Amino acid sequence: MKRPELRITPSGDRDLVMTREFDAPRQLVYDAHTKPELVRQWLGALPGWTMPVCDMDVRVGGKYRWVWRHATNKTEMGMGGVYREVKAPERLVTTEKFDEAWYPGESLNTLVLTENAGRTTLTQTMRYESAAAREAVIKSGMAEGVVASYDRLDDVLAATATPR
Amino acid sequence: MQATRRLDAVFAALADPTRRAIIARLASGQASVNQLARPFAMSQPAISKHLKVLERAGLISRGREAQRRPRRLEAKRLEEADRWLERYRQLWEGNYQRLDALLDTLKTQGKDRKPQ
Repeated sequence: MKRPELRITPSGDRDLVMTREFDAPRQLVYDAHTKPELVRQWLGALPGWTMPVCDMDVRVGGKYRWVWRHATNKTEMGMGGVYREVKAPERLVTTEKFDEAWYPGESLNTLVLTENAGRTTLTQTMRYESAAAREAVIKSGMAEGVVASYDRLDDVLAATATPR
Repeated sequence: MQATRRLDAVFAALADPTRRAIIARLASGQASVNQLARPFAMSQPAISKHLKVLERAGLISRGREAQRRPRRLEAKRLEEADRWLERYRQLWEGNYQRLDALLDTLKTQGKDRKPQ
């Protein structure tokens, strides 16, 4: 089956909007965003990385904290924030800040899930503090993205080095 | 820093639906201000204002023909903005492909749990 398209578009001067469809009812998509044992299976679950911290107190005013660690070089990347709105299974508003943020301020993330005929459309809006902050995020591809490409590079190098 | 400001202007310019429509129109060839204004219920000064924003962002330029000064698309600038977004998109695509797999598993488990 063809994968649904992920669309990311800048909106206004400081928002980024992501939309994507999932072939599952929204309750499951919501669970996958709010239950730690499910979150750690997909979010930043890149080969070679573990998620030793995945604490989520999913209620208004509750905090969440996520830390990823690389298995071999022990690099850590942490982030967290606060739940501002919690409305299962359709809406989640959170603040987000990386420990070593490379852009000013935090972002306000609004997750909206709509269901149609057993499929779910996810819309995630990230509002940054300023146009410059949004720019920094896009330009970095996010730290994780950089790490991911290095991991892929490792795979390619390993495959190339294997004698045939 | 210069490059950052420029990309910023590109994203701000593209955030407006009218300006995106103008870009789409110019993608199929250059056009005069009058031609560009036609599909929109807007005055020519209003369209000119949008064109100025696009021009400042380097997304369009003016031709040399003295009377018409047709606007044309500067495709390179648009591609530059697109490239940055593509990196970001790839990162999230990885996350969401893993989420697809997880959702498949959850759906199967849900079916298994139902009484026969």
